[in-house]
Amino acid sequence: MNKTENQKAWFFVLPVLLLVAFNALVPLMTVVNYSVQETFGDNTFFWAGVLWFEEVMNSERFHAALGRQLFFTFTILAIEIPLGVAIALTMPRKGIWVSVCLVLMALPLLIPWNVVGAMWNIFALPDIGLLGRTLNAIGFDYNYTRQPGDAWFTLILMDVWHWTSLVVLLSYAGLVSIPDAYYQAAKIDGAKPFAIFRYIQLPKMKRVLTIAILLRFMDSFNIYTEPSVLTGGGPGNSTTLLSIDLVKIALGQFDLGPAAAMSLIYFLIILLMSWVFYTLMMRNEAK
Amino acid sequence: MAKITLKGLRHSYMANPAQPSDYALQQLDVEWEDGGAYALLGPSGCGKTTLLNIISGLLTPSHGHVLFDAEDVTGLAPDHRHIAQVFQFPVVYDTMTVYDNLAFPLRNRGVAEADVDRRVREIADMIDLTETLGNRASGLTADGKQKISLGRGLVRTDVNVIMFDEPLTVIDPHLKWQLRSKLKELHQRVRTTMIYVTHDQTEALTFADKVVVMKDGQVVQIGTPVDLFERPQHTFVGHFIGSPGMNVLPCQVKGGKAFFEGQEVDSWNAASCSDGDGLEIGVRPEFVSLADSGVPVEIAKVSDAGRFQIVDTRKGENSIKLLVPEGVEIPEKHAHLAFKSDHTQVYRDGWLVNEGAGQ
Repeated sequence: MNKTENQKAWFFVLPVLLLVAFNALVPLMTVVNYSVQETFGDNTFFWAGVLWFEEVMNSERFHAALGRQLFFTFTILAIEIPLGVAIALTMPRKGIWVSVCLVLMALPLLIPWNVVGAMWNIFALPDIGLLGRTLNAIGFDYNYTRQPGDAWFTLILMDVWHWTSLVVLLSYAGLVSIPDAYYQAAKIDGAKPFAIFRYIQLPKMKRVLTIAILLRFMDSFNIYTEPSVLTGGGPGNSTTLLSIDLVKIALGQFDLGPAAAMSLIYFLIILLMSWVFYTLMMRNEAK
Repeated sequence: MAKITLKGLRHSYMANPAQPSDYALQQLDVEWEDGGAYALLGPSGCGKTTLLNIISGLLTPSHGHVLFDAEDVTGLAPDHRHIAQVFQFPVVYDTMTVYDNLAFPLRNRGVAEADVDRRVREIADMIDLTETLGNRASGLTADGKQKISLGRGLVRTDVNVIMFDEPLTVIDPHLKWQLRSKLKELHQRVRTTMIYVTHDQTEALTFADKVVVMKDGQVVQIGTPVDLFERPQHTFVGHFIGSPGMNVLPCQVKGGKAFFEGQEVDSWNAASCSDGDGLEIGVRPEFVSLADSGVPVEIAKVSDAGRFQIVDTRKGENSIKLLVPEGVEIPEKHAHLAFKSDHTQVYRDGWLVNEGAGQ
């Protein structure tokens, strides 16, 4: 039998191609374009080669921001993933409380990101905010606008409040998809609760947890709105994460070349780490 | 191992059952001998899984008691009842190897590692899993996984009963036969009480020494495969077991003689039956034959089943099926049928009329 040759089908892909070109390829290429040129205004550009990349890679400021970013991301992952799984495990599987719990859990996810930032900004204010005043009233010297430690504490608390729900919902979806027979078999086999978690629940949640960790990793590495509204990167530069630093360079100092080079490096780091992580998780699966 | 006694068992999933239909399981009194192979047979929704879960302890009955030997285990959790269960869909611990799967129930009970190893290898050999012991359990086929489920029950030396909840549902047809004979063979070897739940009569009849037939939460008959075939206690058993099922025809009884459409029919238990309503005669197609005289019928359809022909005949509103050996000439239109009297029985309201006992 001969295969039918029909190249007309390519035309059906054209609209999508155009769409992707305009919202992804063109902006990306613009950034690539900026990253290898130097400009002094007037819309005149000079070839700069890899100068900006070298400058960013050797910049202490970039290293510091990257360090803060990694610290932030791994801290929130270390808190949100176990906490999310733990909450999902305690949620009811049947009955009317299921919907109540699910709605309550979904609430933080429905709030616009800048509103979350503004909420916590006021909530944590030491003089009028509920959190800030309470902490001071019970004896802590808390002021997130002045003390870097307090700023970090507030930032991480805000992210945990905002995003643990996502991990909970994904883990919960994984948990309820486990057939009852597994629990019954485990009961008959005399498995203790920890063994049930270790050998049934955790393996069955693995796929959704992989997705949860990936999503939380990418989102927290990209985070901008909430910390920018909450602390604006301060006090000083203590909470200046990569995205905040990038905006400062690009829009504050209008250094388009270095900013473009930094964007690309930033993008490659996320891509690389996601890929490594995903490959590791999936290779484990196939073993 | 133990004898299992169910005393006055009833179960309802509702909080306040008021009428019999609220019960998933009607009054039940059954004894299962130690070391027997039993099958629980019935259509979907007849309460067989409910009964199984009550025996295994996953469900507590609303009334009645479950006894293992003399011990009342009604309130005990599954892990304290020393039972094993193979589920409809294979349950294996995905991240473990086949070996660790088999060792799991023993390790949970704190058995010494040397004994675990000896026992696991012994059982793996019995169920032909020795070669795959080191493999990840998740990579096995459905029948391999069901073997692991079974193996997790067999490794334990304290098991009172092994229960099977339609274990062959997801197995390929050509492997079903193999696994079923393996199971039968294992039962003969280990002599543990086994209870096999199924809606497939072939599985039940080939596996079990005794079959418990259930309908609407009620046990309608407990008997050997031969009993079920030759002496169905209820027209339901007659219908459900056998292919094609038993012919059930309305009849009258006058003075100890049964009449179908005005024609006298010889029946072994008609003499003990008083006149009344709701009477039927039941006769399996195997015991109906073509004759020169007898019940006059019209031939409706003949289907060839290979070893014999299934002849579908009509008498008025009623359909009577009979089996005729290959090669026997079948009349074009009209024929007469004879019923074998020692396999033709009268039923009242569905139940076999029995020597004046009423039911």
